[in-house]
Amino acid sequence: MKWSELFTSSIGKKWVMALTGLFLIIFLIVHAGINACIWANDGGVMFNKAAHFMGSTVVIRIAEIGLFLGIFLHIIQGLMLEFQNRSKRKKGYEVPMGNKGSKWYSRSMGLLGTILLLFFILHWWHFWVPARFIGHEELTEIEINGVHMHNMYNLMQYTFQELWVVIAYVIACISLCWHLIHGFQSAFRTVGVSNSKYMALIQNVGIGYSIIISLAFAMMPVSMYLGWV
Amino acid sequence: MEHYNMNLTLKVWRQKNASDSGKFETYPVKNISSEMSFLEMIDVLNEELISEGKDPIAFDHDCREGICGACSMYINGRPHGPWHANTTCQLHMRAYKDGDTVVIEPWRANSFPVIKDLVVDRSAFDRIIQAGGYISVNTGNAVDANAIAINKDNADAAFAAAACIGCGACVAACKNSSALLFVSAKVSHLALLPQGNPERKTRAMNMVAQMDKEGFGSCTNTGACEAVCPKEISIENIARLNREYMMAGASADK
Ligand code: HEM
Ligand code: SF4
Ligand code: FES
Repeated sequence: MKWSELFTSSIGKKWVMALTGLFLIIFLIVHAGINACIWANDGGVMFNKAAHFMGSTVVIRIAEIGLFLGIFLHIIQGLMLEFQNRSKRKKGYEVPMGNKGSKWYSRSMGLLGTILLLFFILHWWHFWVPARFIGHEELTEIEINGVHMHNMYNLMQYTFQELWVVIAYVIACISLCWHLIHGFQSAFRTVGVSNSKYMALIQNVGIGYSIIISLAFAMMPVSMYLGWV
Repeated sequence: MEHYNMNLTLKVWRQKNASDSGKFETYPVKNISSEMSFLEMIDVLNEELISEGKDPIAFDHDCREGICGACSMYINGRPHGPWHANTTCQLHMRAYKDGDTVVIEPWRANSFPVIKDLVVDRSAFDRIIQAGGYISVNTGNAVDANAIAINKDNADAAFAAAACIGCGACVAACKNSSALLFVSAKVSHLALLPQGNPERKTRAMNMVAQMDKEGFGSCTNTGACEAVCPKEISIENIARLNREYMMAGASADK
């Protein structure tokens, strides 16, 4: 197998999707863990410190490059897969199969992923672009224990005052949940787990992971909008 | 089950040849016995069409006992009709009741072009098997069948995979027109046995390469294939093929 077949053969492409998907799954645990600091009830001190650590540590900044590569590979490969697969049946059926045999969300990975992509653009615009590049008037400077840092907590609170933003984030979290309920177990199948003992475990862990992570993310804008934190 | 007769409306895909654009034709069929098989019901209709001087509906069939994989019909939105783990030839008319409408379509996939009416060209499967679905056996005296010890679980799994009859329902059901269930059954069946070891790596790589060349789509583990497979081939085989392929590819020199 040539290296290029990772991106051209049908199973090579699956492996790339699965490995980048699993990488994103791990990233989401870190991301959700750090953001959960907003609930520390300390006016954002713990969260700002955690965010500052992530933004100012060299190793993590290098890992960030890997994260972007992973996301882009997953997105580009995912969209190509979706379009290529759709082109394999030029003439469709008069009576579609629908849900006889497969779940709607397993057939909608491209759509759910596209909703996530649109969300990413909004999300980067809200937080990553201001923090890294252009700043924002609500992204004030604060000093915690003598260290100067961005008040990301303030920017978050400002951003989530808009109802449509909160709704957009919640829709994205619902899409993420369905994407992961299929994606989590599918990724393990793709990397070759065929043992039914493990698959049963993986399926249950996947459902738990998908619901907990999506709920945690969805509660962040909701908590801020409703003034809980 | 009690015997009954029924009248049905059939909507059947008619296409003169590979280049014809084709269309659905509606046929009323009368007095069909609940004890007939689905293909016998089509035979009755075809007899009528012939006696009226019309072209009978072309469809693939051979054994009519669920073992050859020839009968390919997509019936009311499901390959091989409504019954679980069943081929079209083993579908019986007791699955229907008086007044039902039955829509019959050929398998749809670019890699399975329609030849005529409900008959599609599945030679892509033959070429995939030729690419690696074989083992090397030395000539000379036949070796005693029990000379090589084989783990019972592996023997069972290989046997279950070998049950694939190459009907193509998995491709017909898959939203991606992926043939991975079929290919994974063929690869698993030999990869699980010591006799399959000499060609293990080239088999996985060559069969997948041929599958891609034939223009089948890429699997996304939706499970529609497993749900319609008349031989209940498990998608565990797909995971096994994913592993076989990557192991072979990663350790190959080229
Ligand atoms: C943080 C966000 C995301 C995570 C955690 C994630 C995770 C996953 C996982 C684990 C899979 C399963 C891979 C497999 O079956 O082997 C997958 C599949 C897929 N993803 Fe994502 N994904 C994310 C975002 C996206 C985005 C933004 C897109 C597209 C624009 C996308 C498109 C797809 C597609 C089309 C598949 C189907 C491939 C398949 O089922 O094999 N994903 N994703
Ligand atoms: S895997 Fe099942 S559905 Fe696919 S060709 Fe074999 S018997 Fe038919
Ligand atoms: S005709 Fe042989 S399986 Fe149906």
